[in-house]
Amino acid sequence: MRTLFKVAGAIAAGLATPAAAADKLKVGFIYVGPIGDFGYSYQHNQGRLAVEKALGDKVETTFLENVPEADSERSIEQLARTGHKLIFTTSFGFMEPTVKVAKKYPNVLFEHATGYKRDKNLATYSAKFHEGRYVQGVIAGKLTKSNTIGYVASFPIPEVVSGINAFMLGAQSVNPAIKVKIVWANTWFDPGKEADAAKALLDQGADIITQHTDSPAPLQQAEARGKLAFGQASDMIRFAPKATLTSIVDNWNDYYVARVKAALDGTWKSEDTWGGFAANMVNMAPFTNMPDDVKKLATDTEAAIKSGALNPFKCPVVDQDGKTVECKGGANLSDEQVLGMAFYVKGIDDKLPK
Amino acid sequence: MDIWQAVLITVITAATPLLIAALGELVVERAGVLNLGIEGMMAVGAACGFAAATLSGSSALGVLAAIAAGVALSAVFALLTLGLATNQVATGLALTIVGLGLSGLIGAGFVGTSREAIPAIRIPGLTELPGVGRLLFGQDPFVYLSLALAIAVLWFLGRSRAGLTLRSIGENHTSAHWLGLPVMQVRLLAILFGGGCAGLAGAYLSLVYTPFWSPGMTAGRGWIALALVVFASWKPLRVLFGAYLFGGATVLQLHAQAASLGFPSQVMSAFPYVATIVALVIMSAGRRKAAAAPGSLGTSFVPDR
Repeated sequence: MRTLFKVAGAIAAGLATPAAAADKLKVGFIYVGPIGDFGYSYQHNQGRLAVEKALGDKVETTFLENVPEADSERSIEQLARTGHKLIFTTSFGFMEPTVKVAKKYPNVLFEHATGYKRDKNLATYSAKFHEGRYVQGVIAGKLTKSNTIGYVASFPIPEVVSGINAFMLGAQSVNPAIKVKIVWANTWFDPGKEADAAKALLDQGADIITQHTDSPAPLQQAEARGKLAFGQASDMIRFAPKATLTSIVDNWNDYYVARVKAALDGTWKSEDTWGGFAANMVNMAPFTNMPDDVKKLATDTEAAIKSGALNPFKCPVVDQDGKTVECKGGANLSDEQVLGMAFYVKGIDDKLPK
Repeated sequence: MDIWQAVLITVITAATPLLIAALGELVVERAGVLNLGIEGMMAVGAACGFAAATLSGSSALGVLAAIAAGVALSAVFALLTLGLATNQVATGLALTIVGLGLSGLIGAGFVGTSREAIPAIRIPGLTELPGVGRLLFGQDPFVYLSLALAIAVLWFLGRSRAGLTLRSIGENHTSAHWLGLPVMQVRLLAILFGGGCAGLAGAYLSLVYTPFWSPGMTAGRGWIALALVVFASWKPLRVLFGAYLFGGATVLQLHAQAASLGFPSQVMSAFPYVATIVALVIMSAGRRKAAAAPGSLGTSFVPDR
């Protein structure tokens, strides 16, 4: 609903733009959640602010927040129609609408986050969040007393599934007996429901909570019960100073600045960017509330992944039925295999929803 | 703490905001007014409640501010629908949009701040009882308040003279007017009561349930409360039952998933809406068709002078 107003505002702004400002490149951002989620959309917006800061004299940015995935085509098209020449759509569910609008507006450049469909004027980008999840798994494997981890997940899409697998592989690397309980909240952002999911997991014996939804509610539940948890997308320690072990922090700043620069220079190309620790697209927040030896192990794991010495999906990877997954990427699973992941690894005692 | 008690406690917390908001809307609708703006009033209540509680350091002030915000927003609705006889559906939808936007504005400065939840009560000796102690004697104050509210609304609508007046106005405002009943005044009070309840439900979200503020944190609960009133066929006890049923469905499916029972979670997420449609079908198939919705629901009243 709020989007409606924002779109109306964007149109009005488009009409009202004086000729002098027309020289500036207009860059648009579409967010699935509110920029105040202090998580995923917040971090994308930090990237937008970084663009403004670095290139403010050459660009003008607009954003639409809280755009429902199912109804995003209108919003994307609205930006294209109001003179935006580079548009970032920042959630998996925006994929098909972005593809459609990109076809309709061949002179506008589009970038879609976490998807896999590209076109002449449509690039894709994502971050290797699973690298951070592997580090989380190592920490959780060391610290759990009940050997049960609670995982609050959003939707069964490859990004989330590969995250669960990486977490499990990390945990198994230090604790082969570990179990993970997974709850699908079927939402990216509903604090109440995320809190209920965390409560259900804690009630069923989990002593560490990790989440792939965007609000700090699960962390707060862990804090209230004296358990441990990981933050999502931004450093969430302020919501749970005693429970937070670390957070996976998305860093889109450098990427957005580079891509907007490329669009300004005319060197923009449709390509796929997928960076992790090494590319500084994923960072870990400080390791807190854990003993020094676990902290050291976590730091070393992060460094090993960053240097390339360790890959979370090092072959052989065995799926939950005990079958070894074909290794298409040499020593590791190929990028395509990870980006399209639709199976659980061995040790996850649950069925992947289809 | 055994698992069933834990599950039931979570069910009750999930149901409480729905119950509070739905009881308010029930009274509004029984007076013949359809206010679709619950979601917006809840969001503003959540934002104002959190802002006031954070600034003043007092949870009680936060709760009062949330109620006041809900009342204020519903006063705008009353001004438009009663004073200017605007279309109730359109005005209510507009109220939701305005409320969600306004809440973002009010809460903007409080994004990323966190505070302690309003604590659950503790009665020495009773709260520690095994099995049922936490469930019966260890909930947060809102839970008891919501139950008291349900009983109060039940008594008011069913047993009090004022409640009878309100219901007759909702059934047929023209006849009520001719009988000399104060249609406008009663509707105004009902709307303000509904707004206050929605604000209170919002405060529950941002002060107890998940004690932080974030735009969009109501996440559709206002709409579920609306569905709940229809599901309950405008009866207070059924609202109580329905709120716990809807809350229970949400929480139990999360537990079923955590225990990997293989439930399709998407189906359960749609449960409140499916249940409402089923209830509507049953109601309209039954003989007491006329008994369900208040007769004047959603229609504007312009007194002849």
